[in-house]
Amino acid sequence: MATTTTSRPARLLIALAVIVVLLFGIMALTKTWTPKLGLDLRGGTTITLTAQTLDGTGTVAADQLNEAKNIIQQRVDGAGVGESDITTSGGNHINVAVPGATKDSLVEQVGQTALLYFRVVYDAQAVAPAATPTPVPSGTPTPGTTPKPSATPKPSATVKPSSTPKGRAWSSALGNATTPKPTTAPKASTTPKPSTPATSTAPPATSTADALKYTPDAATQAKFATFKCGDKQTDYPGQALFSCDREQQNKYLLGPAILNGTDLSDATAGIPQGGFQWQVNLKFSGEGGKKFLDATTNISARGEGANLFAIVLDGETISTPSVSQPIPGGQAQITGTFTEAEARDLANVLKYGALPIKFDVSSVETVSAQLGGDQLSAGIWAGLAGLALVVIFCFLYYRGLGIVVVMSLAVAGVLTGASVILLGKAIGFTLSLAGIAGLIVAVGITADSFIIYFERLRDEVREGRSLRSSVETGWARAKHTIIAADSISLLAAAVLYILAIGSVKGFAFTLGLTTLIDLVVVFMFTKPLVTLLARTEFFGHGHKLSGLDPEHLGVERLPGQTKPTVRPRKTPSTRKPVGGEI
Amino acid sequence: MSKLGQLGAKLHRGDVSYDFIGHRKLWFGVSLALVALSLIGLFARGLALGIEFKGGVEYQAKVKVTDSTVDDFTRVVKATNAKDLGDPVVTTIGPGSVRVQTKPLNQDDIAKVRAAVAKEAGVPLEQVTSQQIGASWGQQIANKAILALIVFLVLVFAVIWLYFREAKASMAAIIALIHDVTITVGVYAIIGFDVTPATVIGVLTILGYSLYDTVVVFDKVRENTRGITASNRYTYSDATNLAVNQTVVRSINTTITALLPVGAILVVGTVVLGTGPLKDLSLALFVGIAVGAYSSIFIAPALLAVFKEREPGMQALNRRVKAKRAQAAGVSAPVAVAAAGAAPVRNAVPDTPRKQDRPTGTAPAPAARPMKATAAGRPQPSRKPRSKRGK
Repeated sequence: MATTTTSRPARLLIALAVIVVLLFGIMALTKTWTPKLGLDLRGGTTITLTAQTLDGTGTVAADQLNEAKNIIQQRVDGAGVGESDITTSGGNHINVAVPGATKDSLVEQVGQTALLYFRVVYDAQAVAPAATPTPVPSGTPTPGTTPKPSATPKPSATVKPSSTPKGRAWSSALGNATTPKPTTAPKASTTPKPSTPATSTAPPATSTADALKYTPDAATQAKFATFKCGDKQTDYPGQALFSCDREQQNKYLLGPAILNGTDLSDATAGIPQGGFQWQVNLKFSGEGGKKFLDATTNISARGEGANLFAIVLDGETISTPSVSQPIPGGQAQITGTFTEAEARDLANVLKYGALPIKFDVSSVETVSAQLGGDQLSAGIWAGLAGLALVVIFCFLYYRGLGIVVVMSLAVAGVLTGASVILLGKAIGFTLSLAGIAGLIVAVGITADSFIIYFERLRDEVREGRSLRSSVETGWARAKHTIIAADSISLLAAAVLYILAIGSVKGFAFTLGLTTLIDLVVVFMFTKPLVTLLARTEFFGHGHKLSGLDPEHLGVERLPGQTKPTVRPRKTPSTRKPVGGEI
Repeated sequence: MSKLGQLGAKLHRGDVSYDFIGHRKLWFGVSLALVALSLIGLFARGLALGIEFKGGVEYQAKVKVTDSTVDDFTRVVKATNAKDLGDPVVTTIGPGSVRVQTKPLNQDDIAKVRAAVAKEAGVPLEQVTSQQIGASWGQQIANKAILALIVFLVLVFAVIWLYFREAKASMAAIIALIHDVTITVGVYAIIGFDVTPATVIGVLTILGYSLYDTVVVFDKVRENTRGITASNRYTYSDATNLAVNQTVVRSINTTITALLPVGAILVVGTVVLGTGPLKDLSLALFVGIAVGAYSSIFIAPALLAVFKEREPGMQALNRRVKAKRAQAAGVSAPVAVAAAGAAPVRNAVPDTPRKQDRPTGTAPAPAARPMKATAAGRPQPSRKPRSKRGK
């Protein structure tokens, strides 16, 4: 490095110019000229959720968290909020950023725990406003159409066993898939065959067997008749549940949970080999497989129309497949007229439901657009004031070298600005208030490296070197110090970024970024610039205002500039100490 | 300013110096007292934790502050009858803003209180800024911060060790770092500044900053002590002291340039925004950077010297230097005593090429008194008086 900089400062400057041009070229191509501002600067709501395992112990795996993120994204999108930004951080946090004013209810929706249960369907009614008040289009269900109002896009579905326990699971589904015969229920809303109203207020069913014995009593049915989607409901697994589908067009009277999410071990969406219909493949845990066999044995025996179970997530019925035969082996497929998106959605729901995690709403921060604007302008003013102060100080102390400081800071500023803008585009980096603070603090760090170099340069001159050689020898030494000191800063930033949560992260990111930029600027701009300037008359001969004049440095004269009249000295480097030790 | 430049030159040559290492007991004492005070403050008074650490809801709205503002807002917030409301804390921020803090509320009540605040302030609902913190969130932030602190310390220990090839440098740097953080936290406890997550960011950033100056000083120490045991002129402490003197201008300058932007944030954050992350962050940084500069000059190098002096090699060096000086002093003792308080050593590394540049006089006999620079600007040898010599 030292040798290249010695001989060709211009080369480094050109390389830097190329980098800057490239950065701006990318900005021009992608038409991004503004950084992505955090919500504390433009107003909006930031929700931080902390994921925990259901029993409060253990850790949340990365893919679980990602799955949860996707579902939360769906919840937020479902709430009709645009432009939301949902990210995971710190191993167990999900940050939901929603710009603009939002309803308080969003927090509740977003943060609820995913509770996935399989429940038997005892009754189903359409609640579509336009639809007839009670009985759903009765009559024979034609294959391929749901008895639900046709508006419902939801595919009716069937659960089929996988013939082979492993691997070849798809083949059995082949036949079903090719003929999408959603056996789905005719849901004669009139009777969900309440054969015996005996076990009226059913005691909480604890096992699958208990749950399957449940039958709704008259009171429950009466309540169900008046139930409206949106009524508040608590999802107790041991009790019956009134539930609606996502579109709120059908309501269901569901029995106690026969399986819960954790009985599932995996769910995937796919097209079986040789098939062309999307389906969802289920895999149960060992215990879950047994429960599922019991459940399907029982449900399939209930006969056409009543052999339905519902997949319920967060109290919302996602799908109501029918079962026509007992399904052993711990694997099953849900087939039907799924589109790819629908199949994936269902698989995601199932996977997510299988996650034993819940969320704590850790923090909700709502910043009004007004305050956001105030904070942004305060940050900008503070930054400008800080810059100005540093520049003034450098001019006062280093005089002409202050020019180098100003130019270097300007280059650092351009690089930082471009990086922040491009990183916003590339990795979604948002500039928060803490991030701006990091940028301002970085002005100090950047100036520190100039000071280290300048002081070193002056020391070299004081030790009797010519200015031009001091520029190089001083750099050789200052370089190491700057690298060491910046490495520590980078280390601090990296540790903070990886480990910390919340706003600390944004700060650490900008601090690390600017430290890197500092290194780039010092190596590729400041040092070459000083080398070039040292060749000029003004700096090279220690003009009074250059900051390198003899008086300013506290030496009698600049070595190599004025010939000493008394006791001429040889070039210092050849001198050996003659003794004179104390 | 050129005066300062000349001071820098004199410090560099050793014409002017302060015996940082020699006075270490004084500065260790000062630091111990500060740390003790900080710990007492921390345990006796505790930290004024912000709502972020306790959990709760905070609202902020623009309003024209009058004498009755606090009472008015307290009344309307209480009137919402929110569950577990507790006693809402209403404070005004500057002339144009009011802040209401309550205990953690459920979502419905959060909306109710927000509506009440908006109505009283006479602003639309969406102009009420709010922050709702779960009770465990602050603990999580704190835990993560402590974890980050520990990981950082371990890594820094390793990095400094690798860079300086000297575990003792790591020790000294980290003790100085802990010293900085303790005193900063102590200042918060004693003065009672609010501690928020932004404060935590600030304190964590001090880590990097405090070490920056320390690394610069240590780098110079290493340079000055390279091959020190090969000669018998200077002890490790002498060389370290010279290094501190040579870098003190640099340390002060880097500290000033670091404090200027931070000060700008502090002033703007306080004047314009009244309160908030900018103020909290910059306040912690301001205190921390100042303490860090102090420790990198007075504490870290002295600690390093103390640690190094324990090495057998360094003790042997001390004995040789002492013997040599005693011998020299035997010749010129009377005059040397008269010159007490003059300059310390100036050339610690006689065998590095750079140092050899400087001719150190012609007479092989020890100079009778410390010499000033000659008209030629050539630095001349000088010697510590007996009172400052030795251990």
